[in-house]
Amino acid sequence: MAEVLIQREQQVFRKGADKFDISCEKNSTAGSVSQRACVFCGSRVVLYPIVDVLHLVHGPIGCAAYTWDIRGALSSGSELYRMSFSTDLQETDVVYGGEKKLYQSLIELIDKYKPNAAFVYATCIIGIIGDDIDAVCKRVAKEKGLPVLPVHSEGFKGTKKDGYKAACKALFKLVGTLEPEDVKRISINILGDFNIAGETWMIRNYYEQMGIKVVTTITGDSRVADICKAHGASLNVVQCSGSIMPLAKMMKEKYGIPFIRVSYFGIEDTSDALLKVAEFFKDEKIIARTKKLIEKEKKMYASEIFKYKDELKGKKATIYVGGAFKAFSLIKALDKVGMSVAVVGSQTGNQEDYVKLREMCDAGTVILDDSNPIELAKFSLEKNVDIFIGGVKERPMAYKLGIGFCDHNHHRKEALTGFEGMLNFIREVYSSVMSPVWKFTLRR
Amino acid sequence: MNKKHTTIATKNPCKLCSPLGASLVFKGIQGAIPILHGSQGCATYIRRYFISHFREPVDVASSNFVETTSIFGGAKNLYEALENIKEQYLPEVIGVATTCLSETIGDDVPMYLRNFLKAKGTCPFPDIVYVSTPSYSGTHMNGFHSTVKAIVEYYSSLLKKSNLPVVNENGEKMKRIAIFPNFVSPEDIRHLKEIVLDFKMSAVFVPDYSDTLDGANWDDYQKIPKGGTSRKELSSLWRVDASIELGNSLDVFNSAGKFLDEEFKIKRYGLALPIGINLTDAFFNSLKIISGRKTPDKYIAQRGRLIDAYCDAHKYLFGKRAVVFGEEDLVVSMARFLCEIGVIPVFCSSGEKGKMMEKNLRQISEEYGKEIIINTKADFVDIEEQVETLKPDFLIGNSKGYTFSRRLGIPLIRVSFPIHDRFGALRISHLAYKGTQELLDRIVNTIIVKKQAESAVGYTYM
Repeated sequence: MAEVLIQREQQVFRKGADKFDISCEKNSTAGSVSQRACVFCGSRVVLYPIVDVLHLVHGPIGCAAYTWDIRGALSSGSELYRMSFSTDLQETDVVYGGEKKLYQSLIELIDKYKPNAAFVYATCIIGIIGDDIDAVCKRVAKEKGLPVLPVHSEGFKGTKKDGYKAACKALFKLVGTLEPEDVKRISINILGDFNIAGETWMIRNYYEQMGIKVVTTITGDSRVADICKAHGASLNVVQCSGSIMPLAKMMKEKYGIPFIRVSYFGIEDTSDALLKVAEFFKDEKIIARTKKLIEKEKKMYASEIFKYKDELKGKKATIYVGGAFKAFSLIKALDKVGMSVAVVGSQTGNQEDYVKLREMCDAGTVILDDSNPIELAKFSLEKNVDIFIGGVKERPMAYKLGIGFCDHNHHRKEALTGFEGMLNFIREVYSSVMSPVWKFTLRR
Repeated sequence: MNKKHTTIATKNPCKLCSPLGASLVFKGIQGAIPILHGSQGCATYIRRYFISHFREPVDVASSNFVETTSIFGGAKNLYEALENIKEQYLPEVIGVATTCLSETIGDDVPMYLRNFLKAKGTCPFPDIVYVSTPSYSGTHMNGFHSTVKAIVEYYSSLLKKSNLPVVNENGEKMKRIAIFPNFVSPEDIRHLKEIVLDFKMSAVFVPDYSDTLDGANWDDYQKIPKGGTSRKELSSLWRVDASIELGNSLDVFNSAGKFLDEEFKIKRYGLALPIGINLTDAFFNSLKIISGRKTPDKYIAQRGRLIDAYCDAHKYLFGKRAVVFGEEDLVVSMARFLCEIGVIPVFCSSGEKGKMMEKNLRQISEEYGKEIIINTKADFVDIEEQVETLKPDFLIGNSKGYTFSRRLGIPLIRVSFPIHDRFGALRISHLAYKGTQELLDRIVNTIIVKKQAESAVGYTYM
């Protein structure tokens, strides 16, 4: 029996033992129970947190049902984004086309909910049944006088990453359509934070304390009008680069706005991120304020975090995340409390990511691309890890095998970003690793 | 009275797609793993939905369509998926369910499978059970029932049919029965199995996920969790003495029970989900007839205690108004039970087409002389609007009703699927005297809690 399928052998790498370059950025193997979703999922997660828009899923019911109110992204205003709308295509629509239904749905929903824009997600069968959603969107936009944006997210047309691109393309159509009222030189957009448990607010607050104006947050707690004015910022600060980098690149090309990649996960990375942004503006006052802020926050949280070190020291983790960038921060963060990473993988990492992972990890660490439950379980057991850091889909697997778990995906309700978030994260890890229940399980 | 779904679009869906129902049924077959023939997302979304409810690993494979697959057809991907699943999971059964994508491009999956098996020649391969589940037609319940039927058909047509033991360990002759329990909780299936066993019958449940989706801790990853109905049991279905099919909607469905009746002259007992005294009595009556035995004392005692609890509870309940939503079969049985205890199910709603639901609810409405507003093909916005107008005392349905339960301050009693915001969804009892007892306790306590919380006095006795 194969624990690792032949087709996947080049996607499983043991540092120190294997010499090849890990294979990545390919389609999932048929029959492998991939933890990935699809193109639609990629688009839906990126656009989901935009609060004042209508999210209409064009297709049969499943795609809208499974993505209704599933994320911890918070809003400071409209709650419209938490609803899920579907054209709920039926057999006759598949035969005769769904354009009319899409048109009517958009009209009635826009009249009823008065959104500031609408996103129309194309699901698998839309192109196949020949619906021209671009044309319908254009028509409705004209008739109703608001942006109606098609998102070409047919599930099979690539991987989740292609869904990110489709979402970025839709977002890019909004950028530049409104003139920012006061263009400040010292201003940024926060890209790639989704305001899970209010994380965007925490980050925004740091920048405001530093004296930097935040023009738009994309897409955590964002509004259509703000996205339209996003070209007014002088810098794009990009987190979760896998999902939102295409937008940053397009904005650089068209509006000449530079971008930098950061991570707000862990004390070290958050400090680096804030300093990097401060230094970009070459303003001594801002740099001084930033250093003060970092010092204050570190003082507040670092000692509290190190309290857990004695007990967590030597514990081992598996990390399995969507984009590999998050894994870098997680490895560093765990290292701070003396924990090591024995298995690490991502759904959508690229070659560059995996080279970096290889450099960061200890010898013997298993690195996985687009893994599945069998592999994740096998290597986690082999390495006898104490905690699994991943998403909802991996949780029951970890618990079944007597392994602790920390949710680091979009469904969570805990803020794990920034200085305060790091303390939350370590507490989460601690509360799972140190639980007395594991001693009753078969493996312990 | 009927309330129509008033918009063209569906807003906050009150139904799920067909392949979800198919996947669940395959999880109830021993050694089985489902493959969804379509995009990767279908399998992943469905897994996530199950995992959040059952809190158990649920592996569902995908043939993982890519752009070229949808142009040239899915045969190659399906073959590769079948081989890989066999290699990695060592299944006894592979369930192949289609999706809207493979159906829309016109993939002829039965032909693909014939060619695949032909090419295999005499090489042994796991059983492949195929079911067509396009999500543009019907809901998760259609997927569920179609898959039950596909499995029964598949194993009834096998040449090597097997028999169940006809005598128990004491040498007594045992009646054999097929039970199609509908989409109920693992706890419900366990209880039904206990009941049938107490009637000294041997039963084949399709599906039976009572262990596979509610099992113990593991020492190693169980690729396919232990439990489920075995192939041997499935192959014996053609020889059972009777079948019981739970759920009124199946009366108009081309169901597994009807198939057994037509093919093998096996008497089908089409019953409502046994919730409440009346419907559970009907269920026990059928068991009495089939087994030729009296109801075991244990259940007579449970029934007695339940009626006693009805009496103890009646003052809390009389004239209270409830809104019920979810799968149509559940809604109908729940409505009847509520009427039994003096609660008026003022509004009953389902995302399904609900033809039988309408008919049955009308009957209940007439019988009890209470007006019930019936809403089929509903979405959660339709339901919310009605709840806001009707201001019921409580809601009964799945956890997706929480948004308006919270907004309007009306308590929600969580039943059925999905329950994503409470612990222990898989252990909720709904069926028979015992399940009804638990439901009754929860309903009464919900009312008491509300009354207690709203009281200015803060009584410690209620």
